[in-house]
Amino acid sequence: MSKITDHYSRLQISLHWLMALMIIGGLAMGVYLQDLPLSPLKLKLIAWHKWNGITVLLLFAVRLAVRHLQGAPALPANMPGWQQQAAVWGHRMLYLLMLLIPLSGWLMSSAKGFGVVYFGVLPLPDLVGKNADLADLFKNAHALLNQLLLLVLAGHIGAALKHHYLERDDVLTRMLPFLKQR
Amino acid sequence: MNKLFFPLLFAGSLMAAPVLAAQQVDMSKSEIRFSAKQMNVAAEGRFRKFVAKVNFDPANLAQSSVSVDVDIASIDIGSRENETELKSRAWFNASAFPQARFSASQFKAKGNNQYEASGKLSIKGISRDITFPFSLQQSGTQQIVSGSVPLKRLAFNVGEGAWSDTETVADDVTVKFRLTLQPQTATSK
Repeated sequence: MSKITDHYSRLQISLHWLMALMIIGGLAMGVYLQDLPLSPLKLKLIAWHKWNGITVLLLFAVRLAVRHLQGAPALPANMPGWQQQAAVWGHRMLYLLMLLIPLSGWLMSSAKGFGVVYFGVLPLPDLVGKNADLADLFKNAHALLNQLLLLVLAGHIGAALKHHYLERDDVLTRMLPFLKQR
Repeated sequence: MNKLFFPLLFAGSLMAAPVLAAQQVDMSKSEIRFSAKQMNVAAEGRFRKFVAKVNFDPANLAQSSVSVDVDIASIDIGSRENETELKSRAWFNASAFPQARFSASQFKAKGNNQYEASGKLSIKGISRDITFPFSLQQSGTQQIVSGSVPLKRLAFNVGEGAWSDTETVADDVTVKFRLTLQPQTATSK
């Protein structure tokens, strides 16, 4: 496994919060888009949603590399074994979803025949050919994975708040250092 | 003058292949496609139904003529939702203007099987003069007329109101066509 450190680096903290913002923003855009009637605004939102998602995918790769190079602080020693396991698997789940959600969206775009042109400049390759059945499949997968993300996020945020307000340990403050200075 | 001209022409046509009879179009090998861009993403489509009347004789450009009637409602862009939108009033207004029509009777030879057509294109009740290049290729016994026509959608009011925003859907649309003509002997007696 990766190194154990005593704190997250500034880069890791920045990546965490930048991606948190982009993931929640992307999720909100995606949900809002769904029932919007076709309009120029919808086309713009779809494009922004795709650019956002591809950026998340890129940042995910950076984040994974940084995590392996820089390691992460250990969980509090007094945490029960099942909670340690839940934390490890919860984070693995989040990483997996950061990979699979943008990927399923990209696959869906390809299958729908409306590719991704990153920031309107760089055309990304289509991962599969145009196919209505596949498009439906990836659309469902994309939605299902996002529902799973909402569940895991609820656990992630709930656990962070529990550590901060109930256990009063440093699990939240090491990712949010300004809270510590109070 | 006509009195003399037409019998002469008729006599000529008995000796050579008929010149002015409409050439049969092999619809299974003919298509009218278009491509446009939304948010810089290429979108391709086609019209499934159209009627092309082609009288094109490289040896007699002056008497050649072409007309194509396109059934707007037959638009196919691979998405039902987008097709419904494109048939709506803001776009093609297909119920009020069910056909787009192109007709040309002016042609120029550019050499090397390349030609230029000048004619009138009518979409959504707006007619514009257009000129574009095309080629005529022999493929076995069939002839293939193909070319591409750059158009501006807003010149025909295609995409009104909020949709006239060209940052979302570009003004430029390219229409690509391929018409496969049956051998002349098939239409002559």
